[in-house]
Amino acid sequence: MLDTLKTIFLAIPKGLSVTFKYLLTKPITVQYPDQKLILSDRYRGLHYLKRNEDGTEKCVCCGLCAAACPSECIYMEPAENEFGERYAKIYEINELRCIFCGYCQEACPKEAIFLSKEYEFSIDKREKLIYTKEDLLKKGQRSTD
Amino acid sequence: MVTFIIITLIKILIVFVFFLLMIAYLTWLERKLLGHFQVRLGPMRVGPHGLLQPFADGIKLLFKEDVTPAKVNKFIYNLAPLLTFIPALIIMAVIPFGDQIKIFGQSINLVISDFNMGILYVFAVTSLSVYGIVLAGWSSNNKYSLLGGLRSSAQMISYEVSLALSLIGVFMIAGSLSLVEIVKSQDKLFSWFIFRQPLGFILYLVCAIAETNRAPFDLPEADNELVAGYYTEYSSMKFAMFFLGEYGSMINVSALATTLFLGGWQGPFLPPVLWFLIKVCAFLFFYIWVRATLPRFRYDQLMNFGWKVLLPLTLLNILLTATIMVL
Amino acid sequence: MEIVVFAIISVVATVCAIFVISHRNPVSSALFLIATMVSLAILFLTLNAPFLAAIQIIVYAGAIMVLFLFVIMLLNLRKDEFGPERKRAQRFFAILFGFLFLILIATAIDVGLSTVGNPEVSTTKLAPAGVEMLAELLFTKYLFPFEIASVLLLVAIVGAVVMAKRKL
Repeated sequence: MLDTLKTIFLAIPKGLSVTFKYLLTKPITVQYPDQKLILSDRYRGLHYLKRNEDGTEKCVCCGLCAAACPSECIYMEPAENEFGERYAKIYEINELRCIFCGYCQEACPKEAIFLSKEYEFSIDKREKLIYTKEDLLKKGQRSTD
Repeated sequence: MVTFIIITLIKILIVFVFFLLMIAYLTWLERKLLGHFQVRLGPMRVGPHGLLQPFADGIKLLFKEDVTPAKVNKFIYNLAPLLTFIPALIIMAVIPFGDQIKIFGQSINLVISDFNMGILYVFAVTSLSVYGIVLAGWSSNNKYSLLGGLRSSAQMISYEVSLALSLIGVFMIAGSLSLVEIVKSQDKLFSWFIFRQPLGFILYLVCAIAETNRAPFDLPEADNELVAGYYTEYSSMKFAMFFLGEYGSMINVSALATTLFLGGWQGPFLPPVLWFLIKVCAFLFFYIWVRATLPRFRYDQLMNFGWKVLLPLTLLNILLTATIMVL
Repeated sequence: MEIVVFAIISVVATVCAIFVISHRNPVSSALFLIATMVSLAILFLTLNAPFLAAIQIIVYAGAIMVLFLFVIMLLNLRKDEFGPERKRAQRFFAILFGFLFLILIATAIDVGLSTVGNPEVSTTKLAPAGVEMLAELLFTKYLFPFEIASVLLLVAIVGAVVMAKRKL
């Protein structure tokens, strides 16, 4: 009985005052589509592929990114161009499987693949999230511009 | 006689519409306040600051599919939501929300029905409101619903006793059971019953929260152990009815507390109806504040608290009041 | 007006009371019993006894019947568990007490008829006093029956506690 009374007259008002203090603090909510969070420099979003200064692709299809990828979402098929240089005939990233760990970026010896800060990529069909080389290069164009 | 009936009908209509609006905006207020208590914003997107949210919710609930599970007792299953909602609605009939006013030469009492046993009517109706919950739990033919229903009936019976007894002191001092008379006996600030009956007020507060099944006494609908308690099987408008009933009874209990302890519609400068609303809203704010603060009771704690702490304290309060009155 | 209300409500009360004993489902029976109680409360209202009406609802419909329902739900009887096994002794006592109850009702009606037109017990005279008058009567004229009833209830409570907690 005494304990209960102590709770009623001491503990509960204390708790109420704590919650009241929080009522007066400014909410930390970010009104998402209207306001956006400032992303950290190391944020990892969708991938993109870079080109050289002369416009050729940096990627030589060595397969290190695919080997480093823990979720095995990168698929590539190599080919040779008219100068005998290796390039990727097919280079696909399945963004549905990707866990955005960034190992591909770390593994790449040619600094061809990077992770952008783009995180808004909801679509209406799952197929649309399997990005081809062209998609990735186009993204690279945009993020270097 | 005819004018009396017309005036009464108009009063009922106004109170009814206003009451429903208040329920709607109470849900908004609760979500908004709970949000801010948790350093969030709460509803923001439907209308400015989410002000149209209640209507969006209402429309959504109206157009949802109404599922009736196969093995329910159909009649009782459909009756139960009404039984929770209607008692909440009709309690407003005896609560005075303003002084006598004069419109078109008619003097009108701002209370639908001022009869000399108003508070007994309130008790009678609240004692019936438990059936909706119990029957909903039983007729759903679901063990979670049944457990929720049983818990709530045990809880409501236990706390109703203390609720009624905590108010006895007020009646003893006021010498009347009519709510209008009780309001009129609190014409000065220090004759408010919150100052003359502090213990009674605190006890009433606790019992009222328990009686309306609100946190920290929301065991009948304890989400994490009973799914959703007695309304697990309900959907669409029937589901909404339970919430209308719950929020309605929150408003009722607050209005009653205002009438009995906070001097009703009396106050300086502002018009009486506004004072009444301000006091009721202050009470509702406290309700939500408590919900944002306290964790839920355990069932045995609830019963122990009700019978071993609250009930003796209410009896003590009556004894003290009687002693002081005799001296 | 009063006659019309009385006619409707008394029919409702009687029909509900019949359903209480004729219905197979115990929960339905309990619900009809509640309906009977509420209609009785309305009858009290027409007799100008709002206090009694309120108490009828608070105590019977609001508290006792909730406990009834509570127990029925806890036991959760199925159809085969309360089938037609009626003991002969039970039938004998049922008839006996039914007969006694009939005598009681007959006496009540007889007493009631003799007071018709008697101004001293007419309801209109009771009306303005209400609670105060009832309280005064309970603590003066009917003090002894009142106390006896309270002792009876106390005995029942003590009995319930003893039965429930054998190890006390």
